[in-house]
Amino acid sequence: MGAIDPLVLLASLMVASTPILLAAIGEMVVEKAGVLNLGVEGMMITGAVCGFVIAVNTGSPTIGFVAAAAGGAGLSVLFALLTQYLLSNQVATGLALTLFGLGLSALIGQGYVGIKAPATGDLPIPLLADIPILGRILFQHDLMVYLSIALIAGVWATLKYTRFGLILRAVGENHDAAHALGYKVVHIRFLAILFGGACAGLGGAYISLIRVPQWTEGMTAGAGWIALAIVVFASWKPWRVLIGAYLFGGITVLQLNLQAAGLKIPVEYLSMSPYLITILVLVIISADRSRAALNAPASLGRSFHTSH
Amino acid sequence: MIRLEKRPEPSKAWSAAAPVLAVVATMIAGGLLFASLGQDPFVAIRTIFWDPIFGEFAFYYRGQLLVKAGPLILIAIGLSLGFRAGIWNIGAEGQYIVGAIVGAGAGLAFFPSESFLIFPFVILCGAIGGGLWALIPAILKTRFNTNEILVSLMLVYVAEAMLASVSSGLLRNPDGQGFPGSRNFRDFPAAHNDYIIESAGIHWGVLAAFGAVILAYVLLTRHILGFQVRLTGEAPRAARFAGVNPTRLVVFCLVTSGALAGLAGMFEVTGPAGQISIDFNSGYGFTAIIVAFLGRLHPIGILLAGLLMALTYIGGEAAQATLGLPGAAIQLLQGMLLFFLLAVDVFANFRIRFGTREAA
Repeated sequence: MGAIDPLVLLASLMVASTPILLAAIGEMVVEKAGVLNLGVEGMMITGAVCGFVIAVNTGSPTIGFVAAAAGGAGLSVLFALLTQYLLSNQVATGLALTLFGLGLSALIGQGYVGIKAPATGDLPIPLLADIPILGRILFQHDLMVYLSIALIAGVWATLKYTRFGLILRAVGENHDAAHALGYKVVHIRFLAILFGGACAGLGGAYISLIRVPQWTEGMTAGAGWIALAIVVFASWKPWRVLIGAYLFGGITVLQLNLQAAGLKIPVEYLSMSPYLITILVLVIISADRSRAALNAPASLGRSFHTSH
Repeated sequence: MIRLEKRPEPSKAWSAAAPVLAVVATMIAGGLLFASLGQDPFVAIRTIFWDPIFGEFAFYYRGQLLVKAGPLILIAIGLSLGFRAGIWNIGAEGQYIVGAIVGAGAGLAFFPSESFLIFPFVILCGAIGGGLWALIPAILKTRFNTNEILVSLMLVYVAEAMLASVSSGLLRNPDGQGFPGSRNFRDFPAAHNDYIIESAGIHWGVLAAFGAVILAYVLLTRHILGFQVRLTGEAPRAARFAGVNPTRLVVFCLVTSGALAGLAGMFEVTGPAGQISIDFNSGYGFTAIIVAFLGRLHPIGILLAGLLMALTYIGGEAAQATLGLPGAAIQLLQGMLLFFLLAVDVFANFRIRFGTREAA
């Protein structure tokens, strides 16, 4: 156990959490608008491959991240068209999106296995980064880590204080009432789905460009599904998404460090621990039926159709 | 202006035509995809969809068709029961793996016995393994209201880690010079799921798949439980008033689908795959979701859809070998198929109306 440096552990926690954090905050907005998109995994892996390919070809991780957001959003357009205009079942369409995304990413990325991504530099925040201990844990990361936290704050403020946030929540809580008030339910949901796709794409690219940083098939390994679980864990509240993602990132980092430290527990059991803990957390959160039902957007997963 | 008008009842004709249209659309989109990869689209589509059945080497491929379709059908039949009732087991891949591990483990424990009882015991253990793995999301859903989609999916990753563990640990071949992977079941006739008719690719798993199709058909059309499954899916409120016990239904649907997936895994590992190894599973649990939807959640439809999906696997392998088409392209094609199906489905539930809306 002596091999684990708690400082490094805490610092890498934020890096390990960022992909899930990005995907989860995007999905939270989608669900707030009343849409359940189970295709997060597919959009993440598509973002991962788009970001990687573009970053390798241009040599710029920044352009890579932009491409990843575009890729994730592009895939989510398929979901939006099917569920919002053709009124298909959201669960089935989300699953289709994941299966499709896994295939698409494998196809795009086949020539890129074994290449290293261009490095993304850390961006220590002046002054703050020099604080002993805290500075190293919190303020010596790459730009995406800070952006992901800013995104949480932005989503929180938008949902809570702006008119658009209010409309988005109204659409998610009761689409018929929102429609009666004259809001374009389908347009707003379309935008939310696009936002969720872009966030998932960014999260995927964070894995392939910074966390790993390489491309391998199926490299998101369930991160998208965990992001979905974190939205439930967070009871659809932005700051709790942050807590959930960091909690999860902490467990991931800890088990990786335990593996490296050569603990007596077999590697396989350590690597299944994040998934088991996700299940455990879901159980705890869902067990209180009244609270779980209270927080979920009331129109979640229901298709909206005007002429009835 | 185009708008959609909800049909009072889903159109039967459209519902039946949708899979065919989806396949045609997939062939067209797939052709465009292959063209963009620098292939002749017509040759590629013919290699995937036509040659395995009617081409020069069809005698080889035709046998493979049932080998691949068997597990897909078996899993999809189970999934369709839950999907009909709005119970989403998407962790069939995990149940498939656990069924295989438990079944194979139970058999290997008796190596090198030659008793004829071993194979039935292996089958039973495979079903129990898969069923118990699916019982976890079932209990968590009924007791704690936990989302079965997420739990069953998380358990896939847990099952994969378990598979990695047992194939290099508990079930490793003691005579295998330390290589990961269990004993090969070809060397253990009492537990080997051998071909019954080799040229047609029929082994016990394929027979079980046909059996499941018939049983599911009878269940859905003739049995009260099947009626309750259908009722819960089509009118959940009516189902509650009719006295359907939701807890029992959730457990029944999840455990049945888990047991069938477990059986599929067990038949695969003791037959075509031959041994427990880290990557013996080939994603059938996920492809079966497409099969279930493509088959309209109907047993006969699933039988046909399973055969079609098996064809894309075999044709895909052939296209990989002869045209150098990437394997991922087939996965993409399968995903596309589900997309087109969901898109075409709009015509079953809605009528397209042109022109402006008349005053209400």
